[in-house]
Amino acid sequence: MKHQLNYPFDPHYILRKKRSIKRELLKNTGLVNRRIAIIGGSTTAEIKDILELFLLKDGIKPVFYESEYGKYYEDIMFENNELDKFAPETIYIHTSSVNISNFPTIQEESDSVAQLLQKEFAKFTTLWERIEATYHCPIIQNNFELPYYRTLGNLDFSDIHGRTHFLTQLNQHFAEYARSCKNLYINDINYLASWFGLERWYDKNFWYAYKYAMNYEAIPLLTHNIASLIKASYGNSKKCLVLDLDNTLWGGIIGDDGIDAIKLGRETAEAEAYTDFQQYIKELKQRGIILAVCSKNELDNAKAGFFHPDTILKLDDFTAFQANWNPKHENIKHIAETINIGLDSLVFVDDNPAERQIVQDMIPEVAVPDIGNNVAKYIDVLDKTGYFETLSISKDDLQRNSYYTENLKRQEVEARYNNYDEFLKSLEMVAEIKAFVPVYLERIAQLTNKTNQFNLTTKRYSLAEIEAIANDTNYISIYGRLKDKFGDNGLITIIITAIKGKELHIDLWLMSCRVLKRGMEKAMLDQLVQAAHQRGITIIYGYYYKTVKNKMVSELYRDMGFECVSLAENGDSVWRYKLPEKYENQNQLIEVIT
Amino acid sequence: MTNAEIMPKVQNIFRDVLDNEELEIGAESNANNVEDWDSLAHINLVVAIEKEFKISFALGEIDSLKNVGEFVDLIKQKINP
Repeated sequence: MKHQLNYPFDPHYILRKKRSIKRELLKNTGLVNRRIAIIGGSTTAEIKDILELFLLKDGIKPVFYESEYGKYYEDIMFENNELDKFAPETIYIHTSSVNISNFPTIQEESDSVAQLLQKEFAKFTTLWERIEATYHCPIIQNNFELPYYRTLGNLDFSDIHGRTHFLTQLNQHFAEYARSCKNLYINDINYLASWFGLERWYDKNFWYAYKYAMNYEAIPLLTHNIASLIKASYGNSKKCLVLDLDNTLWGGIIGDDGIDAIKLGRETAEAEAYTDFQQYIKELKQRGIILAVCSKNELDNAKAGFFHPDTILKLDDFTAFQANWNPKHENIKHIAETINIGLDSLVFVDDNPAERQIVQDMIPEVAVPDIGNNVAKYIDVLDKTGYFETLSISKDDLQRNSYYTENLKRQEVEARYNNYDEFLKSLEMVAEIKAFVPVYLERIAQLTNKTNQFNLTTKRYSLAEIEAIANDTNYISIYGRLKDKFGDNGLITIIITAIKGKELHIDLWLMSCRVLKRGMEKAMLDQLVQAAHQRGITIIYGYYYKTVKNKMVSELYRDMGFECVSLAENGDSVWRYKLPEKYENQNQLIEVIT
Repeated sequence: MTNAEIMPKVQNIFRDVLDNEELEIGAESNANNVEDWDSLAHINLVVAIEKEFKISFALGEIDSLKNVGEFVDLIKQKINP
């Protein structure tokens, strides 16, 4: 079922079979409802239908609000009870080059052209500002594809009166705005249209007959891209790339051919393609994707490949390295355990269709793109899957690989200690636990959307919501950073609590899996209790909302000394902690800076 | 290709698009007597037919068609010019 919607997909199959595909997908359990408003500058009916499929495939059941045809501006700018009532969690603005109100005419002076550009840009900024003020939700906004025609020919690109020039400038403005605005995400249809082919993109039959701004066949590509952005906003992006070696990262079989004969470098066409693929992977790693090897090979042979004079990837680029003769799905599970991430965070790349099939069958959570067996196409497929879509690149992303590498060092040290507390002491941990401060709000919002396992309520927050909470005196909200002698883990845990009279309610408590079993949760509770004391709180309520992923914290409140108030049939539970006269800190192993 | 050869393929397209495996389509079928054949499904039908028979309709060419029979006639003209 799943593969029909996996890139590379057949757009005609999806369009033709959309009803039965949807029927099948609705049978999946554990779907999460999301309210998505589609605000269209052209017809959006089919876009809504196909977007729904791509979201359902990954566990999101969208509920849609759809603007009337072409009413994107009015729907947002004027009072709209229906949209207010709908309370969108995401707003997608489907506009494109057909929605430009006024292109410059050839007679216009340059300042008049500049005014026109500002006016067109302001139309959108007022929309975004209004959404920010009214709905505080993420906005997904199309940029503009290149124009359908060029009356100035090639001059259209450089002359200020050209449509090509005008749209390019407008896109530039969009990019600048998106960089400075945290809740605006650009859906780059300019790239999509180019990739798809402008000639096909502009299917004017569909424009004149049904007011679709682009070819029907492009709708799956477009909606797949929107779905990637929406999933990224809910933290559903992949984190780790697991790679086969022979005929994936280099040509040939290193065990048979030897290191000198594998194809890498710039000497032959094939070698060059493998080298470019390595370069692509290297760039993914640099932006924060974790790399692992999973290969059927002798370990020594497998490692030797990374000493080839032309290899771009080096041994220390990989956080986990499994080369043996065990089944790959077992190795992949081992990799996930070693680096402590969920199986659904993994993407497995292998040129061998049989291996891909087994892994997909044995571990359906792992994404297994059909990269084919032509090395010239590997990058194309992997890049277009959208698995690693991200809404922003944070400092944390750039350092992620070092976090995991440091963790491996900790694991080595841990093995030398018989007593776990002794091991923890040896780490010389220092935590910083403080109330939310502006510089960390983006990271905090990112954590709420990415953390699934150590997460008591799995409530997701937008940046705007986190900002509001940080400034609201009715909340006590704290973050924790943790470092030790191996390195700095960065900001890895937060607690958000709401004050109601003498009661404190824990809306959210989460911690990155990177720092599990270090006792950081105890240090956090200590600080929370202290803050609660100061505010005259007498009782703290904790909530556990069960999901398929957060079983590890089902008993957290009990372990922390809370008593269970109620346990629902679905596994949700409510806990209570009465603040004692004199509280003794639970944490003894981490030095805390407040 | 004859009408008799075209018709089963068209019927399959209708079954796929309208997600009804038992749907029977005849020359007299039209949007009024076939369940779920709404304007959105209509576009899906046209797109699927264009793809299936590797043809393309000109703007306005299908607006005047009264039923599936006329649709099939047009398809035949297009593939046997």
